[in-house]
Amino acid sequence: MVTIAPAAAPRPKLQVQAAPVEPVIRVEALSAWYGSHQVLESVSFDIAPNHITAIIGPSGCGKSTLIRCFNRMNDFVPAFRHTGGISFRGGDIHDKSVDPMEIRLRIGMVFQKPNPFPKSIYENVAYGPRLLGVRRRGELDAIVEDNLRKAFLWDEVKGEMNKSALELSGGQQQRLCIARALAVEPEVLLLDEPCSAIDPIGTAKIEELLREIKARYTIVMVTHNMQQAARVSDFTAFLYEGVLIEFGETAKLFEKPEHKRTEDYITGRFG
Amino acid sequence: MRIPDAALGRLIASQHRRERWFRVLAASAVVFALLVLVVFLADVFADGVPRLNWQFLTSFPSRKPEQAGILAALAGSVYLVILTAALAVPLGIGAAVYLEEYARDNFFTRLIEVNIANLAGVPSIIYGILGLELFVRFMVLERSLIAGALTMALLILPIVILASREALRAVPKSLREASYALGATRWQTTRHHVLPLALPGMLTGIILALSRAIGETAPLIMLGALTYVAFLPTGLKSPFTALPIQIFNWVSRPQAEFAINAAAGIVVLLIILLSMNAIAIWLRNKYQRKYQW
Amino acid sequence: MKLGERAVQGFLAFCGALSIFTTIGIVAVLLFESLQFFRHVPVWQFLTDREWSPLFLEKHFGIAPLLLGTLLTTLIAVVVALPLGLLSAIFLAEYASPRVRGVVKPVMEILAGVPTVVYGYFALLFVTPVLQKIVPGLQGFNALSPGIVMGIMILPMVASLSEDAIYAVPQSLRDAAYALGSSKFQVALKVMIPAAFSGITASVILAVSRAIGETMIVAIAAGQQPVLTANPLVPVETMTAYIVQVSLGDTPYGTLEYQTIFVVGLSLFALTFILNLVSHRLKRKFYERYA
Repeated sequence: MVTIAPAAAPRPKLQVQAAPVEPVIRVEALSAWYGSHQVLESVSFDIAPNHITAIIGPSGCGKSTLIRCFNRMNDFVPAFRHTGGISFRGGDIHDKSVDPMEIRLRIGMVFQKPNPFPKSIYENVAYGPRLLGVRRRGELDAIVEDNLRKAFLWDEVKGEMNKSALELSGGQQQRLCIARALAVEPEVLLLDEPCSAIDPIGTAKIEELLREIKARYTIVMVTHNMQQAARVSDFTAFLYEGVLIEFGETAKLFEKPEHKRTEDYITGRFG
Repeated sequence: MRIPDAALGRLIASQHRRERWFRVLAASAVVFALLVLVVFLADVFADGVPRLNWQFLTSFPSRKPEQAGILAALAGSVYLVILTAALAVPLGIGAAVYLEEYARDNFFTRLIEVNIANLAGVPSIIYGILGLELFVRFMVLERSLIAGALTMALLILPIVILASREALRAVPKSLREASYALGATRWQTTRHHVLPLALPGMLTGIILALSRAIGETAPLIMLGALTYVAFLPTGLKSPFTALPIQIFNWVSRPQAEFAINAAAGIVVLLIILLSMNAIAIWLRNKYQRKYQW
Repeated sequence: MKLGERAVQGFLAFCGALSIFTTIGIVAVLLFESLQFFRHVPVWQFLTDREWSPLFLEKHFGIAPLLLGTLLTTLIAVVVALPLGLLSAIFLAEYASPRVRGVVKPVMEILAGVPTVVYGYFALLFVTPVLQKIVPGLQGFNALSPGIVMGIMILPMVASLSEDAIYAVPQSLRDAAYALGSSKFQVALKVMIPAAFSGITASVILAVSRAIGETMIVAIAAGQQPVLTANPLVPVETMTAYIVQVSLGDTPYGTLEYQTIFVVGLSLFALTFILNLVSHRLKRKFYERYA
């Protein structure tokens, strides 16, 4: 069912600061459709380990669809189909022997609108570890604290772990969702426009924490905010109407883009 | 702290096992419910169908089970449901029209709506008590067909109102607005434009409400629907019996032959209900296709 | 024309107001006769006497046996309907394909539409004999059999209303749970059910109210012996069955024994009214949260 089409031209090896590196996720000529409507067209690029890769582009260009392919969340949409391949750690994620549950435990996701469970703060973060079989209270406590610290939330909630997650502010809820996703120790963290519903201060906190944690995780972030991409990411992929126009190191893409369309988008000629 | 691949694989395998068990469990619950229905129906049809014959349908009750029949009960039920409909339908549609087309959002309206919602949940035997005091005694209607119909009408009124309101809501607002814009009054709009379109949907709800009325026993017991009626109802103030009452009476007798009579009576009742529901569903499908907004 | 319009509106308003009159009528009838009753029997005796025997020579007027009979049968009904109804709801909401739903939902509606006198027949003449083979000491009239059959009767209600509640939970919560690597079973049990909890509770309370008000199944199969017992294997009498018993007898109007109909009816009405109220409040709060 999955055929990995050969790339049209030899793809340049992924380089981080001029040194070649093995990609964590490799997207190979990925095309995708919802029913008869095509959303992605032959997208190919790599995700570098322990760096932040941003995916930018105007609304409706397919960014969310692309990122949801990485953890096979599109499996839940009956009308969705794709050609091309996505490999994680060298293995095709759509292979029949691969369990989607395993993919999702290795590749976590934070959504655009914060969606904490209507449980306590503690139970939200503890949900994942409990799934993985962690039972002892002491162990759970340690995991919860550790991940809330990573999400820059610990100091704000440490005395109120039994409070309902829904009583937190939007920015706090999103950081809670990040802590929850990190609690299963994924290798990759996908973020789908994580700050679009958050105030500027909350956004700044989230950007800072992403910079802190990237050493231990690989981060892929969809954003419609170009300044955010420029601030935070190491690599940027620019998507326009389902086609990958340009991909490269962020600094280079924003200062000296290779394609006119990229330049037009970055300079705000279209939104 | 990352779980190694092997351990993760084992964990996921056990999750899948549990998942399969749960799926079987949940499906079993549904299968059990289906099975119970099938078993019950098979049991009552097995006992009741052989008893069904012309004699059974055309005889009056008797102390001898072989000679007993449901003629009086059938007639009583038919008369009762017709009278109940004659009362509940205009009053129920009227109330629904008032709430949907006329009422403003004030205390009076909310009081009505709260009452309707509450009355829908009142046990049917309480309606029987109300009917006993109000219709049988106070209005001196005695233990009569009309008292029964009045009580049953009150019982099903909330259902009729709810169903009618939904049917009215399904008619698009633009239709009313167009009529008002042409200078029609509220009643003219309702009568000429809204009601004709809402009527089929209302009919479905009404038929379902009436099928509920046919199966009700407790209120009729309170009103004194007699269990040994060897005649057909002679008029509005005539004593009467009904199918569920007759079934109840036969079930309460110790002799096994009466149990068979009860089974046969149940078969007749279920056939009537099935027909009514089938008509209601057919109506709903027919008019749903026609009015595809 | 104006007059005609006014007349129509008046009639329609009257139709609407009928519901208010009905409620007033019910409360007035129950209260009026009950007050007569309480002139002869003090309220505290009604509430605390442990025997109910108004039709015997030595009269006792304690509601407790009838109340217990009602609660016992209702409890058995809930024990049957809650797990089966909830599992059915999860199955329909999370696992069933549209084709399966198209079969199961109509069957549930049929189950809900069977007249209660028919269920009473099954309880007495089918379920009790079958249970007597399995359960030693089960008498011909008992609480277990009508309780189980009542459970089956309210199962569709629990299933349907719980399913509505589960559906009301936003898809975003499912997304979050799946994205964390949950299986369908875990999503249903650990996320959807807890999130739908108050909606499900509201539906269970409503089903309980329905079981409490149920008359024919218990009148036929439970017996007519008001006893203060928690034993489901012996005959009991519920509040509703008692009312039927007196009506079928020839107790003369106006006597104290006759007035017991109304005082038991008042208790029944009050009980179901409170439960319905709690259920509606809970349900409204639940759906407002997810609106």
